[in-house]
Amino acid sequence: MERKGVNVSRLRYTFEFTFIVFALLVSAEFALAQGDKLVKVGVLHSLTGTMAISEVTVKNATLLAIDEINGAGGVMGMRIQPIIEDGASDPAIFAQKAQKLLQQDKVVTIFGGWTSASRKAMFPVVERFHGLLWYPVQFEGNECSPNIMYSGAQPNQQILPALDWAFQQGYKRIFLLGSDYVFPRTANLILKKHIVHRGGEVVGEEYVPLGGTDFSSVINKIKAAAPQAVFNTLNGDSNVSFFKQIAAADLPPSKLPIMSFSIAEQEAKAMGPSLVQGSYAAWNYFQSLDDPANKKFVAAYQAKYGADSPVDDPMAHGYLDVYMWAYAVEKAKSFDPDKVRHAATSLEWKDICMGKTKFAPNQSLYQTAYVGELQADGQFKILWQSPEPIAPEPYDPLTFPGKKCVIK
Amino acid sequence: MSEYALLLGQLFNGISVASILLLAALGLALSFGLMGVINMSHGEMLMLGGYLSFLTLRFAPARAAFALAFVAAFFGAGVFGALLEVTLIRRLYGRPLDTLLATWGVSLALQQAARSIFGPIGVEVTAPKWLAGSITVKGGALGGLNFPFVRLFIIGLAVAVLVVMWAIITRTRLGLCVRAVHQDRDMAEALGVRTRLVDLVMFSLGTAIAGLAGAALALIAPVTPTVGQSYIVYAFMVVILGGLGRLLGTLLAAVLVGLFSASVQIFTSVSFADVLLLTFVIAFIQLRPRGIMVVRTRALEEA
Repeated sequence: MERKGVNVSRLRYTFEFTFIVFALLVSAEFALAQGDKLVKVGVLHSLTGTMAISEVTVKNATLLAIDEINGAGGVMGMRIQPIIEDGASDPAIFAQKAQKLLQQDKVVTIFGGWTSASRKAMFPVVERFHGLLWYPVQFEGNECSPNIMYSGAQPNQQILPALDWAFQQGYKRIFLLGSDYVFPRTANLILKKHIVHRGGEVVGEEYVPLGGTDFSSVINKIKAAAPQAVFNTLNGDSNVSFFKQIAAADLPPSKLPIMSFSIAEQEAKAMGPSLVQGSYAAWNYFQSLDDPANKKFVAAYQAKYGADSPVDDPMAHGYLDVYMWAYAVEKAKSFDPDKVRHAATSLEWKDICMGKTKFAPNQSLYQTAYVGELQADGQFKILWQSPEPIAPEPYDPLTFPGKKCVIK
Repeated sequence: MSEYALLLGQLFNGISVASILLLAALGLALSFGLMGVINMSHGEMLMLGGYLSFLTLRFAPARAAFALAFVAAFFGAGVFGALLEVTLIRRLYGRPLDTLLATWGVSLALQQAARSIFGPIGVEVTAPKWLAGSITVKGGALGGLNFPFVRLFIIGLAVAVLVVMWAIITRTRLGLCVRAVHQDRDMAEALGVRTRLVDLVMFSLGTAIAGLAGAALALIAPVTPTVGQSYIVYAFMVVILGGLGRLLGTLLAAVLVGLFSASVQIFTSVSFADVLLLTFVIAFIQLRPRGIMVVRTRALEEA
């Protein structure tokens, strides 16, 4: 009996002790969970393959914004947890990973994409699963989805302002040169309409296959056509060949103005700034932008990823997208994609790094256009900016009359 | 710029493109045309030449750097080719499909190696000052006609390489052995020709020429891990169009392709000119399956 009694009291003691420890643990866990609630967002860029060069830096800028927001207390008191996926430069994989993020990880939104092909692949996925995709790159317009926030420039925010500038300089005989795929073809379709409409002349139009390396005939045709400026939508390595060969043919950018739409600080650094020095570019952001918010962004990026890392337009848009999403969530007091996108288009003007910006009802961004001249150090000297932020137009009224982007 | 100047300019461009294609294809003409080895990593030998030239320009004394870059590209790629022959190609003679797969693997490995060492974005190679200018015709019927020094230099280099190769093959003992092995390997071996050594030297010479070509092409095109891919298709096309086993065929094919695309590009865009070029080559191969120059040898009959 006695032995048994001892046993019982010991058992009870152990039980009580265990219970207390357990209760303590549970309450601690509960308190922790309260202070450190997580909300998952997807970050979907190509981390491998040909597009990795460009997209990894956009991913970095996106993560920087997430870190900064978490450091300042998160969004609605919750920490943002990025789920990073690799689109592998393959549109089919972008579609797959977008579905995985929305269905399996239950992310509340996705930041990502670069090529139009990757965006077109994610488009049906985000529509079907009611997701919200924030797309950071300039593109050819002609698309309109309630499930995508298009922060990159529409044609009327990059290409047409560049044309305004060229006409102001008196360059009215224009030669159009591009790689052979959807963005240059659509961009030039719009440019041609506007050049003729404004009394200029298109003296030539040439397309070279992606990755093409021989420009001898193109340069010969440029010489024969004697344009006042070349509008260049070549992509990637073809630019290196083109600039080397046109300089060798005694027609460097100092003699024939070249306006490029795919050369930013990153590309200039990769090509060697001496090669492209003196050529022009049109973007909605330059690293050299004199804006306190931008200086803070550049300093934070370089502190995290290396003092000589260039910052460029798509990266700035990737960074801006996260902040815009966070502001919209705070305003909507909800993570629901429908509520967030409605809140996003009714936010006040915000200067996040590229001057005053705000989302229009068509879910594209009001933003300022800048024209810069490339300097020997790989940075742009800003020559011109649009007088005010330009309202985004997904469908150019002159080229696609009657089409409008109306989102409910 | 007059019509004549445009046409003459295109004629010059055709020859310039031909010289680029010839440089890219000559090494392949040796390994594929004479030895029957399908070297898928030939483009990467061009890439190797480009990077070797970049390194030399960066670290060698400025005055001699340009000449040294070519020497380094030639010998660097040559040594690499010799290593490749000894470790891999030699073990796969007579198994063309295996060689194709193995060298494709080498091609991928080299691209990734370049990416890991030099980064995915290209490196900068600029032509020296004396090559930067051009000769321009001023005024007259041909006013505006322009001959860049870089292109003249590449044409000169292609001609020089061709002449040296021709001399080696027709005027030296090595060339005699090469022709003997090419015509009848077993008989040559029976007569005391060291066929293994001949294979090694020819393969290595082919990659060395590719390296040299890579250094020259770096003057007008980018140097990136994947740059070889933009030449490899054209190089194979020229070798096959020319007919296996004859350098003269390779030369004629390069000139034909160069002039064809330059003249077609007067009327159409570069993209469409490529379509027409491929259609032309396919049609040509239908009519003359063995290319421009037909060589009858026992070695090729068996392969």
